[in-house]
Formats: sequence, C-alpha cells, structure tokens
Amino acid sequence: MSRAEVGAGATAAGPVEPVARDRERRLWWTFGLLRSEVTTTFRRWRTLALLGVLAAVPVLIGIAVKIETSDGGGMGRGGGANGPAFLTQITNNGLFLVFAALAATLPVFLPMAVGVIAGDAIAGEANGGTLRYLLVAPAGRTRLLLAKYASTLAFCLVATLVVAASALVVGALLFPLGDVTTISGTRISFGDGLLRALLIAVVVAASLVGLAAVGLLISTLTNSGIAAMAATVGLLITVQILDTIPQLHAIQPYLFSHYWLSFADLLREPFYWDDIGRNLGLQALYAAVFGSAAWARFTTKDINA
Amino acid sequence: MAPNDSARITAEDREPGEGRRKAARYALPVAVAGVAAATIGLVPALAATGDPKLPEISAQQLIEKIAASETEQLSGSVKITTDLGLPSLAGLGDLAGGALAGGKGGPSGSSDGSTADPNAKLMELSSGTHTLRVAVDGPDKQRLSIRDTAAEYSLIHNGGEVWAYDSASNEAYHATAPKDAAERGAAKGGEKNAPKDALKDVPATPKEFAEEALKAAGDTTSVSVDGTAKVAGRDAYQLLIKPKQSGSTVGSIKVAVDAKTGTPLKFTLSPSSGGKAVVDVGFTEVDFAKPAASTFDFTPPKGAKVTEEGDKSGDKTGARELPKGADGAEGPKEQGDVKVIGEGWNAVYELKTGAGEGIAGAAGADAAKSGDVPAEAQQFLDALGDKVTGKFGSGTVFKTRLVNALMTDDGTVYVGAVTQDALVKAANEAK
Repeated sequence: MSRAEVGAGATAAGPVEPVARDRERRLWWTFGLLRSEVTTTFRRWRTLALLGVLAAVPVLIGIAVKIETSDGGGMGRGGGANGPAFLTQITNNGLFLVFAALAATLPVFLPMAVGVIAGDAIAGEANGGTLRYLLVAPAGRTRLLLAKYASTLAFCLVATLVVAASALVVGALLFPLGDVTTISGTRISFGDGLLRALLIAVVVAASLVGLAAVGLLISTLTNSGIAAMAATVGLLITVQILDTIPQLHAIQPYLFSHYWLSFADLLREPFYWDDIGRNLGLQALYAAVFGSAAWARFTTKDINA
Repeated sequence: MAPNDSARITAEDREPGEGRRKAARYALPVAVAGVAAATIGLVPALAATGDPKLPEISAQQLIEKIAASETEQLSGSVKITTDLGLPSLAGLGDLAGGALAGGKGGPSGSSDGSTADPNAKLMELSSGTHTLRVAVDGPDKQRLSIRDTAAEYSLIHNGGEVWAYDSASNEAYHATAPKDAAERGAAKGGEKNAPKDALKDVPATPKEFAEEALKAAGDTTSVSVDGTAKVAGRDAYQLLIKPKQSGSTVGSIKVAVDAKTGTPLKFTLSPSSGGKAVVDVGFTEVDFAKPAASTFDFTPPKGAKVTEEGDKSGDKTGARELPKGADGAEGPKEQGDVKVIGEGWNAVYELKTGAGEGIAGAAGADAAKSGDVPAEAQQFLDALGDKVTGKFGSGTVFKTRLVNALMTDDGTVYVGAVTQDALVKAANEAK
C-alpha cells in the first residue's frame, strides 16, 4: 500500500489492486468465519440453557430478598456480613440487584459458563469430527482460533449483560427505583447509576477474558470436549480455592480471579481505579500468554478428527 | 499465517524443520510470560531507585516547616499498616468490645449496636493493612473512608454534623458536633465523646501521627534529617526521630515531609527489635486541591438504619474509648489512678486497678480499660503472657512488638513502650 502512496501514478496502481482485493477477501473470510462462529455458538441449546440459568439467578435473589423483607423488616445484619455484597441495599433501590447479582454470579456461575463455552471451542469440534471441515475453508488456523476466541468473548459479554438485564427487570418489578447512594455514601442520579451499572457489566465481562484464554488453550490440548470443559471448570475451582488460602498470599495477586470483585470500586466516589487496572492488566496478560500458547499448540497440532 | 497451512491436516506431509518451527511457536508464549515476569519484577525496583535531590535542610528548619504548614485542603489515599505482633487482634477487639458492652451493664450488647458506630469500626484499623481515603477542607469539613471489599465505611464531618455510614450493612450513625466540640473534648481530656471527636482523635493522616511523635520529643530524643524520599509521587524530606535512652521498644520514627508544603506524608515507626515497621501510615496518593463540596454531603439512603448518638446507654457513661489507632496503646493518660514512672521514651504508666480489669487494654487493644473481661478471655490472655517475678512480687507480662504490659498478681498494671527488663525494673522501683 505504501508504494502506491509514494508513486501516485496510474502504473503503480496496477500491482496494488490484486493485493487490495486479496486483503478484502481475507477480511470477508474473517468476518464470515466470525459471524458463523458467533451464530453457531449462540444457536446451541447448551448456550441458551446456560444463559437461561444465568438469567434465573437475579430472579431467585430478588424473590428471596422480597420474601425475607416482606414483613416490613430490613435485612438482618447477617445479610450484610455473609451474603453477597450489596444485598442489604436491594430493598431500597432495585438497581442494586444488578450489582448484587453480578457479585453473586461472578465467582461461580459466569466463569463456569465461560469455561464450558471456551473448553468446547476447539475440542468440541474435534470431538464432533467437524474440525477438519472448518479447516478446509481457506481461512487458516490462526484466524479460526481468533474467531473461536472472539465468539467466546462475545459470550462473556452477552452472559454478563443477560445477568445485568434480568436483574434490572426483576429489580424494577419488585423494588422501588431512585437515586443511588454509592458505597462512599454520596448520591448520584438514577441515570448515572444506570451508566455505572453498564460500565460494571463491561468490566465484569472483561474480567472473564483471562479464563476464556485458559479455556481455549485447554481446548486445543485435547480432542474431547467434555474433558476440556471439565478441566477448565476444575482449574477455575482450584484457583478460587487457592485464592482463599492465606498462606499463599504471595502468589494470589497473579491468580486470574484475585481482583474479580474489584468492579465494586466503580461504585465508590471518586472511582478507585487501582484494583480495576490490576484486574484488567492481569486479564490481558493471561489472554496474551495463554492465547499465544493456544496458537502455538493449535497451529502445530496434527488434526485427525 | 499463510492460508495454505490449513491444507496440511495430518502428519504425513511433514516438512523437514517442522520440529524447529514448532519450538519457535512455543517460544512465543514463553517469551510473553518472561517479559511479563520481568516487568512485574523490575518496574517496582526501578521506580524505587533515585531519591529526589533537594537542598540541604536542618532538622529544626524541617520541624518549623511542618509547623508552618498551612495545608487545610487535601484529598488522597492513605495506607495504614500496623503489626503489633499480636496473634489476632481482630479476636481481641471482639472480646474487648464484648467486655465494653457487658461491663457497663448496658442493656444493649455490642451485637445489637449499629455497625456504623465509629467505635467498633475504627478498632479494625489497629491491625493489618487498610486503605483509607481522606478529604479535608478546613476545620469544618473532613471525610475519612475505610476501603473494604465491595464496601466502604465513611465518617463524614460537615459543619455541625457527623455522619458515619457503613455500606456493607447499610447502616448510618449520626451525631451532632457543636462548634466547640473539639475544644470541649480536648478540655475533658478524654476521647470519651468518641463520635463527636472521632475525626479529630483518630490520627489517620500522617500529619496527626507526626504531631503525636513530635510532642514526645525532648532531651530524650534525637531528631535529624535523614535524606530524601519520594512519597505519593512528591519529593519529601525524611525526619528521623530516635530515642536516646536504651530500653525503649521504639527503634526509630521516620516522618516524610513534603518539601513544598511541609505536610507530613508518611509516618513509619520501627521497633528496636528490628524487622517490619509496627506502624506505617503514608499517603499513596495526595492532592492539595480543594475537594469537591459534594464530597462532604451525606443524606442517609432510603431504608438505611440510622442510629442517633446516645441511642445506646453506655455511650454517655463514658466507658467507651476510641482506640487511638495503634500508637494509642501509649496509655490512658488521664484516667484516675495513673502514675508515670520514668520519663521520655521510657515512661511507664502504673495503673491501680482491681484484678481482672484493664487487661485487654494492656494487651494492646487499648479499649476495655474498665470492663470485666469474660472468663474465657482471661484464659486466652493468660496463655498469651509470660510469668515474671521480682521485688514487686509476681505477675504476668504481655508482650507486643511495641507496647509491653506487666500485670502483677495484686492487680497493678504497668504499661509502656519499653522492653520487658525495663518494665520489671520500673515495677521494682515503684515498690
């Protein structure tokens, strides 16, 4: 392309055109591949069932809180100390159900769903014998892997938004809405609160990027979809347990789940970015390391299924 | 990636050099991980080097600079790390809290109280690492927030109002602060009106810590300037305060003072026994601009449980004392039967109390000065102490890294920031 810019003559345009066309075609393939991957992912019954379960969590929390407080009393003190964060504020402001639902689903439900999708990405195709057909398309393994990863990330975002949207609807139906008191005690308008909820949902989705990359690597290591899903979810649980053992505090800042709950810092006034920055940096690091490992494995692997 | 590599589906058509290519690909994730590890390891090391170059200054000038500092407006994050060397201060705090509530015969045990009550909450600061946010705008507006996982505890003083809000339990605590509350509190000489003076009495900012330390200076103390440092991204002088006497558990106190404004930015108290600092309070972020006025506004959210000051009996009776952070363990200066033995850093406080009282305070929790300690707490504390004998009779020594206490069997308590030997010596002299 640069040569065309330098020699701006009609003669120079000749050799450029096929290159541009070739690039366009490749781009089209990438998008086509991505689109087909995303549609296959979201058309699966399994994916829809996972999303349904995720959507049910806020409903359960909302109804439980409603029943608990229907006699006019507030949440007991135990709720604040032991339950998920933000639980005590739900009765006063339905918007807090969004935060509570995300805080409740982020440690287990969301990553488990992502682990299933990511683990299934390559190994599931290999298991079903469809991987070789995918590779027949002139897109290349790298782009297939990227498309798989992108569709997994799309699932991360959609899953988080499903939880948030379901929580918002349930919260609006069961509880009053209004100005939001941040956890610092200051007040923001409901509109600002909604914006923050959206920002939080995006941050929560981004928190799952690292796990998705780990799942993708595991998925390239085996030809059994079930094994990859189980390994990813097992790893997730192991990491979560490691994160709670105080003697391991030296390695805990490097575990991908360590800063997950930092999204609550977006509800402070002013924002506290340190932990969110660490979280996003850690996710990017996991994505780079495990994503490139998955690439190294997938592009050199013998595909015989 | 060439598109045609997808055609090579099975192992049959392997080219020579395939193995090397494979290894080269696997080198990429290894390299990414290596670069990341190196960055994580090296960046703090690089950032730590290079103390700023500042003009020479004498200790006297530096202290004057602090005194002349007119910083009235600031906001920032403060990190407090305290390590008193107790097995579990959190547990002790609970015990002390229980003793407080039960001891005065108040109908409300501490478990019924509001979690937003500053007394209970600030106790937490005496152990572990906490991140605080502070905002100050003159003497009438202050704000202090303790950051917690997905929750925050805020203490807001705005004009005549003091609010405390605990977002985890959605409970608020309200007290009115008359204009002269500070002076009255000071005149009474106690930290008894805790909620009113809470913001004044908690040495949460390095400035207050530094003032406490400077107050103790005298003939017994050497004060010098010990180079420069970078604190919260600002150039600072380091003031080094060391006891001249031996026998103190305090090894040194370092105060980093902002070179421009004279505001103390960091306070570090190291024990004479060496090792990690006992108290380390410093800004990690500081801004001397005027904080937004909305920072100091607080209206309790709908549905929040609001506890008014004085709702609980026991508050007024004055049994509750605010834990003065970690160095508060220096002693109950103004209480009835207190005698001071020795001077300066080696001062030992002698408390004549009935047996069983004041133990929690002696052990460093510094809260249950006058409360009956439950039997199980007594056992627990006995297990913590060492038996000693001397001319004074026999007693038990409770040790922390900073404050040691000797409780004789007849109920006299000697407390001081001195070593065990010095404590026993003081007790012998007192007899």
